[in-house]
Amino acid sequence: MTWVIFKREFASFFATPVAYVFILIFLMMSGVFTFFFGGLYERGQADLLPFFNFLPWLYLFLVPAIAMKSWSEERKSGSIELLMTLPITIKQAMFGKFLAAWFVIGLALILTFPLVITVNYLGLPDNGIIISAYIASWFMSAAFLAIGMCMSAISKSQVVAFILAVVVCFLFVLSGTGMVLSALKGIVPSLVLDTVASFSFLTHFEAMAKGVISLNDIFYFVLVSFIWLWAGLVVVQQKKAD
Amino acid sequence: MIRIKNLTKKFGDFVAVNQLNFEVSPGDIVGFLGPNGAGKSTTMKMITGFLEPSSGSVEIHDLNIIKHPIKAKKLLGYLPEGAPAYGDMTVAQFLTFIAQVRGLTGKYKKERLAAVVKQVELEQVLDRQIDNLSKGFKRRVGLAQAILHDPKVLILDEPTDGLDPNQKHQVRKLIQNLSKDKIVIVSTHILEEVSAVCNRAVIIASGEKLFDGTPEELEQKSKFNQAVTIEFEGTPPDFSQLRLAPGVIDMIEQSSSVVTLVAHESYDSLFPQIFDMVQTHNWSVKAMYLEKGKLDDVFRQITQTQSMEVA
Repeated sequence: MTWVIFKREFASFFATPVAYVFILIFLMMSGVFTFFFGGLYERGQADLLPFFNFLPWLYLFLVPAIAMKSWSEERKSGSIELLMTLPITIKQAMFGKFLAAWFVIGLALILTFPLVITVNYLGLPDNGIIISAYIASWFMSAAFLAIGMCMSAISKSQVVAFILAVVVCFLFVLSGTGMVLSALKGIVPSLVLDTVASFSFLTHFEAMAKGVISLNDIFYFVLVSFIWLWAGLVVVQQKKAD
Repeated sequence: MIRIKNLTKKFGDFVAVNQLNFEVSPGDIVGFLGPNGAGKSTTMKMITGFLEPSSGSVEIHDLNIIKHPIKAKKLLGYLPEGAPAYGDMTVAQFLTFIAQVRGLTGKYKKERLAAVVKQVELEQVLDRQIDNLSKGFKRRVGLAQAILHDPKVLILDEPTDGLDPNQKHQVRKLIQNLSKDKIVIVSTHILEEVSAVCNRAVIIASGEKLFDGTPEELEQKSKFNQAVTIEFEGTPPDFSQLRLAPGVIDMIEQSSSVVTLVAHESYDSLFPQIFDMVQTHNWSVKAMYLEKGKLDDVFRQITQTQSMEVA
């Protein structure tokens, strides 16, 4: 059943301009970040670190945009009543929706392949590192997506869902930056500081972007995704009829 | 068999459905009536498992909808109020999606899709996006979706709302032509629909059941049941003595030349007697006929006394 829902949702992304706009903006922005802000050429190194370092910030706005309609629209149009009276569980619906959006993001990531070709043309990058970084960033997007879907379940308005998702994702990204950590340093015990830092998407992503895939970090993103999807289930259950 | 026991739904302090009890057997086509906000849709949402009751239970063919949601939902076809659908899909895509979710496969799936499309006449819009359809077509897509898996139990929330008279007629025909071993519950506030389609009427208001019986029984509750109306030709004679005829409890002058005589409940043969009187006096009459119960009146009578009691 998850498969049937997945197919419908995936097709729906392409029946409306959502997927095309998402992928187009994603590719444009990743190009801008990589070449202008990241200085791919100027660095003189054959790797994609500039691209991967900016990815969390790109996700911050784009993933909530693709997640915002998942439940908001169902509730607004009333189709949730149809969906929830079909012989499927909310879990299957949630998972199908999640996978569909996750695969759209995956597709967008795959379509950044010209970057890989570029660095391979210019030098001799470690393609193993690049592939593992891609996998890591796909897992990271799952966490962003799960947050976005939970927020989408909270509000019938897609705009509200989007803003809430950006704010929550921002907190998760921000908690690992030097700015936050140095502000907290000295005020809170180091245990708390470490905990705050360990919640951050950045902390877990940075090592993986450099090619160090540790199960710990992958597990972190899987766990975060599951927790937020589960929270989303609870919210859908509570709010479906409002 | 649908068994509804002490079904109650509260939203905060507001009691939407209060201790509702009734059973529906195969073959029953139940007209579910009530003023707006009476709790019809809430009840239907609980029957279909969309809402959880605050207390009480719903059983569909002995399956509790909360304890065995998937099995019970497989037996159900449901048209929610307003016939929501996925607007970005075409009619064909949408129906195929529903067929897949309903677990129809292969040849049977194709047969059912073709049959349903024919039954609700969707051939010409199969490749159109649902968002771009007229209200009537949207409603028919909703109906098609509900009957696609040939369900044993069909729940329709205001299936004819917003349709033109031809489309209404068509939908009623469709409901009547469903096979006889099905359970159908249709909510509506159009009363003719009940006498046209249903063999049972349940009226609720403020979440409580006020009437449960056949449409005929409902008609009999009307004071106009068995009433006789006379339309006089030309200048009407002095007919005041009709008021004194045995069995007549009220005389209503609809206009100067049309009069309705209301019969006492126990009197079911007013017509011959009045007919005799008209003949004896040699009144020239344009028309004279026996009234049927006016459902509108009964409906108002039943639901308003209730709301007055509440007030």
